[in-house]
Amino acid sequence: MVVSDLKMDGHAMEISDRFDHLKMLEAESLFILREAAAEFAHPVMLYSIGKDSSVMLRLAQKAFFPGKIPFPLLHVDTSYKFPEMIEFRDWYAQHVGAELIVHKNQKALDEGANPYALGTQKCCGLLKTRALLDALAHGGFDAAFGGARRDEEKSRAKERVYSFRDSLGQWDPKNQRPELWGLYNGRHHKGESIRVFPLSNWTEMDVWLYIHAEKIPIVPLYFAKEREAVVRGNSLLLLQTGVQLLPGEKAQSVKCRMRSLGCVPCTGAIRSEADTVPKIIEEMVSFRRSERENRAIDHDEEGSMEMKKREGYF
Amino acid sequence: MPSAEPKTAGASLDSAGLLTPAAGLLRFSTAGSVDDGKSTLIGRLLYDSQAIFEDQLASVRKSKVNRSSGPIDFSLLTDGLRAEREQGITIDVAYRYFSSPRRKFIIADTPGHEQYTRNMATGASTADAAVVLIDATKGVLRQSRRHAYIAHLLGVEHIVAAVNKMDLVGFSQEVFERITAEFRAFANHLGIGEVYAVPVSALEGDNVVRRSKRMPWFEGPALLEFLESVPVGDGAISSPLRFPVQYVVRPDASFRGFAGRVASGELRPGMSVVALPSGVKTKVQSIVTFEDELERAGPGNSITVTLEDEIDLSRGDMLAGEEQPPSTGTEFQATLVWMHPEPLDPHKIYLLKHTTRTVRGRVSQIRYRVDINTLEHALATRLEMNDIAAVDVKTTLPLFFDPYRANRTTGSFIVIDPHTNATVGAGIIERAIVHSHMARTSSGQAGQPRIAKEERLLRFGHPSAAIWVMGRPHVAELVERRLFDEGWHVQLAGPNDFLAHELVTVAKAFCLSGLVTVFCPADDGTNQKQVVRAILGPESFFAVRIQDDTDEEAVNRIVGVLRKWRDKHTDAQKGTP
Repeated sequence: MVVSDLKMDGHAMEISDRFDHLKMLEAESLFILREAAAEFAHPVMLYSIGKDSSVMLRLAQKAFFPGKIPFPLLHVDTSYKFPEMIEFRDWYAQHVGAELIVHKNQKALDEGANPYALGTQKCCGLLKTRALLDALAHGGFDAAFGGARRDEEKSRAKERVYSFRDSLGQWDPKNQRPELWGLYNGRHHKGESIRVFPLSNWTEMDVWLYIHAEKIPIVPLYFAKEREAVVRGNSLLLLQTGVQLLPGEKAQSVKCRMRSLGCVPCTGAIRSEADTVPKIIEEMVSFRRSERENRAIDHDEEGSMEMKKREGYF
Repeated sequence: MPSAEPKTAGASLDSAGLLTPAAGLLRFSTAGSVDDGKSTLIGRLLYDSQAIFEDQLASVRKSKVNRSSGPIDFSLLTDGLRAEREQGITIDVAYRYFSSPRRKFIIADTPGHEQYTRNMATGASTADAAVVLIDATKGVLRQSRRHAYIAHLLGVEHIVAAVNKMDLVGFSQEVFERITAEFRAFANHLGIGEVYAVPVSALEGDNVVRRSKRMPWFEGPALLEFLESVPVGDGAISSPLRFPVQYVVRPDASFRGFAGRVASGELRPGMSVVALPSGVKTKVQSIVTFEDELERAGPGNSITVTLEDEIDLSRGDMLAGEEQPPSTGTEFQATLVWMHPEPLDPHKIYLLKHTTRTVRGRVSQIRYRVDINTLEHALATRLEMNDIAAVDVKTTLPLFFDPYRANRTTGSFIVIDPHTNATVGAGIIERAIVHSHMARTSSGQAGQPRIAKEERLLRFGHPSAAIWVMGRPHVAELVERRLFDEGWHVQLAGPNDFLAHELVTVAKAFCLSGLVTVFCPADDGTNQKQVVRAILGPESFFAVRIQDDTDEEAVNRIVGVLRKWRDKHTDAQKGTP
């Protein structure tokens, strides 16, 4: 499939010639991507397969066109991802022509790490944070692009576009470099690294509008359809590999979709009729709820995302 | 894998026009301390424009701390970090996002507390507008003045005075007018032309998003209405072209494109441009983007340009219009905001990042420090964190710049400590320093007649050195030529140029004047090599071993060593290692 084969209906919104806000966000992101690609010796792009990653990847294609993306993609695979995600990842990386590195914390997996036994915090710590830091160290990467947005969560509102990490991969929120104009400071000593966030100034709505306007492919899990699921607490979990019914629970067929993509056991679906991008956008307008709400990890403790970030989680 | 196809059939997106803000994007800064109700004002903007998601609200309701007396503490929506929750102060710049039917907004929410001037400057550096908060119960305090001053200094186009807590002064017109008159007088003194003043109650929502019924005497638009309609960045298209080269795109031998973001002016295919620093003129061949080739590109556009001629151009260089080129030079006056606990050291060489170019440089003179509260000028020999000063700056390699007032991109730079890599300062270029031929002495150590070694280094881009190439005169000549062509200040002392007994004097003179000297003397059997070595010092003396290599290989070897040695002293222009 090539992207230009995608059909758009008559109402589809284009990014107009007028320099509207999406164009401005895009131009800023291209600037950031080029700046980091020029200044770092070994950058890598963290590719999480989600919608933000899809947008970031498209921006990278644009930034270096007609050249290829001058850095590899890195996916930290917990091995608990939805199969549709992995299928999409392999197809899309090849489609874009990018080099893809997949990294797992095989040692922890071999020792039986899973969210049920360890709890989400510890599991994330081993299979995401540790795995990520190991992969970055192993690859000798001095800069890593991430798709994080400042509007996602309170602690991210103060994140820099160039976020400095010490030699242990840790973030110190009280000691960040001031960031003025578009003058990013990427200097670092050996062993230290910088996380670069080209989508810093995008909101969830911007991401969806851009996906629509640019016809960017995304994982089908984002679109509503009838799926086998179970209601557990406040979450709606898809019945897939890794999720088992607990005593008293009943499987049911629910028209639902994912608002954000994570691991099967920890990422809930939402009931939805939105099976197209425009419908998703309309749904967001009428039904505002933060996209991270259905991810268990942020709710463990007030401020838990900040704690993860200090430890090196994206 | 057809299942990945995004489906687009169905609903139109244009319902209510909510999703396509017509007036683009506005960035504005706010500043204030806990008591001003700044966070409350932002919370109100976000809440009333319905940008706050339900569950974020729920988590705020759950939180144990509540500094406000109202049912919801809006300020908790914006204070992000754990430390702040504990101390109850905002300590860093936070960015907030919301959209109204007309515009997308980015708020740089900055602390107003005294020691955090640097954050105010950071927030203002990218802002189109600044909302200065004034507490109606207290009048115009230092902090409001400071914010207005810094916003103006950083070239923020629109200054808005939000007179808050009107509910606590009985929505009094008289109080509002007294405060705004005082603030306007101060703003005029700074040189701020227009100020939009609006009376608000952030806590109760008056005149924030919707016009208040409780202040019928006020006829202007509410704060958000004003921010929705204020024009942004119209001047940049008519300015002369500035295109700093960011990245060279070279997928194969047939394509060589220069990627970057247009800082000002316009690019069109066929248009004549000048490449800096080479000064070579050429024409734009095409403007390439992922979608298609463009007929024009304007300020803010990230594009890739191809040129008609194959010229030497790389990251850190610039394309400019033929008319009104930028200043090219190594010396300029600037206003510097110091941002690091370690004070500015006027003898230290720092890194300056300016557009896409990073060079070494130093502050050669502090003209005066600005007292941010009284705006008075004071003499200063050093700068502490949060100090603002007028300074002279010298760099090792030339920059292509404009005054900040004319161009925010080519008029700004940051200062980086080369040892810790911390960003220690931010600078605003006021004007180039031009020396007449008659008064060529450096202004670096103003008042001091003797020129320091350091100053010669800053001008030449390298310290003095001696290269000893005895026995290979042709190599010595080639080295002189190569270094000269590369911009070095170099002099050959060949076998027939000087008498043997003159050599020591020559070495001394050339060393003092900052030159790189290539020595290739006739061998007189004395210890002349040791003597010259002692004059220069061992770290600046390079004796070339005679090897069995070609002249060209020898030259490459020598020049390579010298470049590395220079880069240790003066940074190469290509940014970070």
